[in-house]
Amino acid sequence: MLYFILKRVGMMVLTMLVTSIVLFLVLEINIESLAVKVLGQFSTDEQRLLWLENNGYFRPVYIRYFEWLARILQGDFGRSVVFQEEVSVLLWPRLARTGLLAGLVLAIAIPISIILGILAGMKEGSAQDRSVSVFCIITTSVPEFCSATLISWVFVFSLKWLPGTSSMISGFSWTEMILPVLVLVIYDFGYIARMTRASMAEVMQSQYIRTAHLKGLPFHKVVLQHGLRNALIAPFTVIMLQIPWLLSGVIVTEYFFAYKGIGTLLLDASLRHDVFLIEAITLVAVFVAVTTQALSDIGYMYLNPKIRFS
Amino acid sequence: MIGVKPKILNRGFLATLINLRESPVGLIGAAIVLFWVVMAVFAPLIAPYDPLAIQTPFAKPGTSAPDGGLFLLGTDQKGRDVLSRIIWGSRTVLIYAPLATFCAYIVGIAMGLAAGYRRGWVDIFLSRMGDIILSFPVLILYIIAIQQFGRSNLNIVIAIIFASAPGIMRIVRGLTLEIREREYIAAAQVRGEPNWWVMIVEILPNARGPLIVDSCLRIGYVIITIGILGFLGLGLPPPDPEWGGMINQGRQVALMFPHMTLFPAIALSTLVLGFNLMADGLRETSLKD
Repeated sequence: MLYFILKRVGMMVLTMLVTSIVLFLVLEINIESLAVKVLGQFSTDEQRLLWLENNGYFRPVYIRYFEWLARILQGDFGRSVVFQEEVSVLLWPRLARTGLLAGLVLAIAIPISIILGILAGMKEGSAQDRSVSVFCIITTSVPEFCSATLISWVFVFSLKWLPGTSSMISGFSWTEMILPVLVLVIYDFGYIARMTRASMAEVMQSQYIRTAHLKGLPFHKVVLQHGLRNALIAPFTVIMLQIPWLLSGVIVTEYFFAYKGIGTLLLDASLRHDVFLIEAITLVAVFVAVTTQALSDIGYMYLNPKIRFS
Repeated sequence: MIGVKPKILNRGFLATLINLRESPVGLIGAAIVLFWVVMAVFAPLIAPYDPLAIQTPFAKPGTSAPDGGLFLLGTDQKGRDVLSRIIWGSRTVLIYAPLATFCAYIVGIAMGLAAGYRRGWVDIFLSRMGDIILSFPVLILYIIAIQQFGRSNLNIVIAIIFASAPGIMRIVRGLTLEIREREYIAAAQVRGEPNWWVMIVEILPNARGPLIVDSCLRIGYVIITIGILGFLGLGLPPPDPEWGGMINQGRQVALMFPHMTLFPAIALSTLVLGFNLMADGLRETSLKD
């Protein structure tokens, strides 16, 4: 078990290192274009050379990489060109907002999808199963920017119940949270529900469930006491693996509703070539994704007694 | 592997499609896909107007056109017919999505066969690379790649191949590991067939069942990806009409003219739904026997 955790953490560090190297090479290998991005296209060649010289960009690439990495590990991501602010100052409040959005989405989507998945999976092939499955396929087929378009047409333009943007200029507001959360929940619950269903259906075919039936237990007890425990192992990992996936949806949804989270920040940064900001957001996002995956793997090992006790 | 264990079937592509008739859900999906394929193929005949022709701007659905016809779904802010743009947009998406998926399959299959058949360091290297790419939030990868290397059709296809191939590799690798233990593989090896022959002629055709299902799902994801990129303003460059781009352009005036964003959104969702239902039907029929 300990060996496994160490191996998993090692893998995580390796992924982060490879990502950082690739990111550094893609964004900072060409120092002329970097200088243009930082100083703006109207800067003179002289200014650019001076800036590159002063910041040590004429040294070999590997030295620059290790210096860059060391700074980032200390939490110093550099200065945003567009916002004229330290990246670390910009980053954390935005990350907190995105965390709030993603947290709410998971808090709503997980119970819905697990209940639907169990209802479908406990009677495989029944009408109940088929209708839940088809319903889930339909909701996962409508990507966030399409469902946001449809939903805001209904609730914002036609019924005029909810605000169509969630920029929260005048402070935090729950009404502005509803639409982004709704859009993300609709897209995300279907996948988890289908995984729960598959896992539940598999468990329901196993020998010990048959035994439980044969010893005369009522159906709900078979499902709740015997089936559920084992059927929930797979959805647990799927939920954790959903997080990078959720992150992509979060970017689109934030952009649609102008929600000031990390997704809109990344799009702003990338449209205006704000190199240091892009680097910081990407590294943070990959860190979140990789950490949740490692946790999911370790959690899976822990939940699965077959592996835990071997 | 999580979820249903893929079952390996020896069934041809056509036979797989014919079997779809047992699944009503799958048939509905296939019908939707067929509808859009017909739209894409016969776009010049079906579309009432040139999708790029500038006519009456901001016409609502049902307004009569200058030439006496109707703008059934209205026009956009440049005065281009929305219906014609949706029909031509189906051609754009149905060229690029299957093309990108197909290329990703070639790369993914090659990697998966190599990893699963050769094992050893090839397997370790490819699997680790795949894990790293798969743990990356894909949209961030697309945004950075397209910003850095430019917004072009080729770059978008390459980015999609790069992000999709590892997932395909994982599936192919798993199937290969299972198939390579079979007797006919041993027979081929004893006959002295070269490795590439064993991989392509003996293993690959026997792995096609789960791959056909997966490819339907994957085309759906690629359609969503192309749409998202268009929506974020990073998609296929103009002038080709593209659904995601149409939604992006219509957004500013969506309060007054919702038709500019609603209809492309419906078009894109139905096409993805078609592929997903088809995949579900294929999976269901392939698990029956």
